[in-house]
Amino acid sequence: MKAVISVTGKDNMGIIAAVSTRCAEYGANISDISQTVLDEYFAMIMIVDIDRLKIPFGDFSDSMSELGREKALEIHVMHEDIFNSMHRV
Amino acid sequence: MLELSNILETINMIRDENLDIRTVTMGISLFDCVSDDPGRLCENIYEKLCRKAERLVPVAEDIEKLYGIPVINKRISVTPVSLIGGKTDRDGYVKIAETLDRAAKTLGVNFVGGYSALVQKGMTDGAKELMSSIPQALSETELVCSSVNVASTKAGINMDAVAMCGDIIKETARLTADRGSIGCAKFVVFANAPEDNPFMAGAFHGSGEPETVINVGVSGPGVVAAAVKRAGNCSFSELADLIKKTSFKITRMGQLVACEASKSLGVPFGIVDLSLAPTPAVGDSVAHILESMGLESAGAPGTTAALALLNDAVKKGGVMASSFVGGLSGAFIPVSEDAGMIDAVTKGALTIEKLEAMTAVCSVGLDMIAIPGDTPASTICGVIADEISIGVANTKTTAVRLIPAYGKKVGDTVEFGGLLGRAPVIPVNGYGCADFIARGGRIPAPIHSLKN
Repeated sequence: MKAVISVTGKDNMGIIAAVSTRCAEYGANISDISQTVLDEYFAMIMIVDIDRLKIPFGDFSDSMSELGREKALEIHVMHEDIFNSMHRV
Repeated sequence: MLELSNILETINMIRDENLDIRTVTMGISLFDCVSDDPGRLCENIYEKLCRKAERLVPVAEDIEKLYGIPVINKRISVTPVSLIGGKTDRDGYVKIAETLDRAAKTLGVNFVGGYSALVQKGMTDGAKELMSSIPQALSETELVCSSVNVASTKAGINMDAVAMCGDIIKETARLTADRGSIGCAKFVVFANAPEDNPFMAGAFHGSGEPETVINVGVSGPGVVAAAVKRAGNCSFSELADLIKKTSFKITRMGQLVACEASKSLGVPFGIVDLSLAPTPAVGDSVAHILESMGLESAGAPGTTAALALLNDAVKKGGVMASSFVGGLSGAFIPVSEDAGMIDAVTKGALTIEKLEAMTAVCSVGLDMIAIPGDTPASTICGVIADEISIGVANTKTTAVRLIPAYGKKVGDTVEFGGLLGRAPVIPVNGYGCADFIARGGRIPAPIHSLKN
């Protein structure tokens, strides 16, 4: 199963490093990253494999939100099912 | 494979266009709580609600985290209390309301619905006792919602019950005068009330429902408004198609959440209610959808047609997205809970008569409308009878949730706060109907109810 991590906010050094470190720590394996910077505005969509997640999904999501608060970024984690159900018949 | 554009669309709907799950409502049968001892009855109800719905709030919160979608309300609906009260008297019914309130607070749910009576054809002694207790019950509790079904297409209109409802509304307004007559916001008068509606104040767990059930109400006026705006100057058929597609996506999310909640709680999935439910927040208004279609203001000529198109397209798009659709399923047009409706009423573009016409083509009815506090009970009954007739004659649900704001007059505003919003007090036709209401009895069912 996969989850989508969205990260938005003012560009800064080490955003990808911080998010990927946290993913590695909790056993979320990164399978795809799409990232762009527009006028100092950072936006990233990361797709991670969560089959070997070491903690409950809710805790992982909380931890990412917490990281977002520390770095002044908006970080949200969403299970892939919401996208699959919404966009596929 | 997940596509970036799809991911961004979903995230945008949730973050910028106020897409949310409006309510996860757990229906719980109270039939096995019945007892001839009023104290025991209350104990049974409290124990059952706390046992069955113990995990409702935590599970809904887990789902919020899992899918990153806000679940705004977690609610409980119960068997219409008049059906389980037995010989309970007026005071006993108030105690049941207090018990429901206490259970709701223990569980952390937002509302509990079902302090209700179904009297479309006549009132049992128990139903009468319950109805007479409604003003006190609503003024002494915070989270209990009440409804009375006074009519159905099959049974006609119970005008005696309508007459009682006028008094209930007036008395509730008086008893909660210090809080903007907020008690009236928790009381709905219905025709053809659905038994699986997850929305308040009219939710109850019908007698044909299972022991427990999960019903989910989706929302998303902001998403539809944004899509209509993006579409620009397209034809009506293109507009309808666009709304259908948007509604499909919104409903799929509701279906997903309903299935997940049902699985986690071990409770059967009932229905998804495909309603566009506005909130007072900017960008979450049904009126603004109508205005995005090309109306200068909600209430302008063309409003009923725009709403009919919207309501139909929402259903057509949503029905394929869910395995079971039910409840009210349509666009809601509450005044106080919709920023665009509030503006339209304030500037005089939208009147109670136009709102009544609009209810003929969408779900529910005259909803969250503040009227002058000195409006006679018989006039309120007349407004109810008119609205209920629309439901009965058109084989649809209609409802009335009026707030005769105590001590307020036309031009004043009543503040409720939160999702209930604020309501400008609007004028009601001053010509009387007291002699009409005083006739009593039943208005017969329409001829097209005879389908057998």
